[in-house]
Amino acid sequence: PNEIQDARPLPCLSCASSVYDKGNTGTRTQRGAKGKESAFWGVHFVHVGLLVVLQSFSQTMLRLTAGRLLLSGRTVAALSANSARMASHGDAVSEQNMMSLPMYCDRLDIPLPDKPYQDVLSAADKSLKQKEKGPWNNLSKEEKIALYRIMFKETYAEMKRPSSEWKTVFGGIFFFVGLTGLVVFWQRIYVYPPSPRTFEEEWQAKQVKRMLDMQVNPVEGFSAKWDYEKGQWK
Amino acid sequence: MSLPKPIMRGLLAKRLRFHLPIACIMALLAGATFKFTVAEPRKQAYADFYKKYDSMKDFNAMREAGVFESVRPSGEFYICIPALILDLDY
Repeated sequence: PNEIQDARPLPCLSCASSVYDKGNTGTRTQRGAKGKESAFWGVHFVHVGLLVVLQSFSQTMLRLTAGRLLLSGRTVAALSANSARMASHGDAVSEQNMMSLPMYCDRLDIPLPDKPYQDVLSAADKSLKQKEKGPWNNLSKEEKIALYRIMFKETYAEMKRPSSEWKTVFGGIFFFVGLTGLVVFWQRIYVYPPSPRTFEEEWQAKQVKRMLDMQVNPVEGFSAKWDYEKGQWK
Repeated sequence: MSLPKPIMRGLLAKRLRFHLPIACIMALLAGATFKFTVAEPRKQAYADFYKKYDSMKDFNAMREAGVFESVRPSGEFYICIPALILDLDY
């Protein structure tokens, strides 16, 4: 196939070889030079990512319980209340029971959970609940707060408190992006085939000259930017 | 606590009454901007290019550069391509 493409109507007698002769079959082992940047960025990102992740881990792990990182939503309360019973009753049965009954959750978009936070009330709590049935003006401020804490685990302000989770997220992103950069670099060295010869400098120069000779886009585009009288770019 | 009753109806209509005219004006503005910054200059550029265009001069320039296959540069011989490929002697 290459021979037919390269064959041009060359003169049989003396004529200076045209610039469009069959190009030199130069080295075809030249690999793309563009992949080397990925190594630099890969190492950089992995370094940044590791730093951020380690930092954020040391902060988050010390402050929050392990459960918070693993669970979505805030069903921590129900499961931690469950764990005490799980130890005595055996795991599978009570886990199933708890999951099929209404559960408590602290969520910004669910203002009234399916059940109150405290199920078993002490005697003081029970008398307080009785008092709640009367006019609320009789309740003191502390009693109102105690009633709230019976019903709910966290206030909205407590639910919305900022966390350091974003540091872990960004750290993870940088780390894996950097790792990918290193992988791409390895691929550039060991996997990529040789570059096509159309990428060589000499070929590209010949291509540009041919485009200018053909007057590609002479009005507003490519050849419009070439000064034909002076033989240089405008 | 006696707050005034909030507006319950016609919220979309109210928003549209405000935003639709603005949307129409912005659309017209965008069209006009494009016309006068892109379309008109381009038409002018083409008109100017063809005012002083000599097609034969450009054709000869391209021919001498050797881009054509039907017309070779004036210094070359014209050779039948199938003969070249089939390596015939005429």
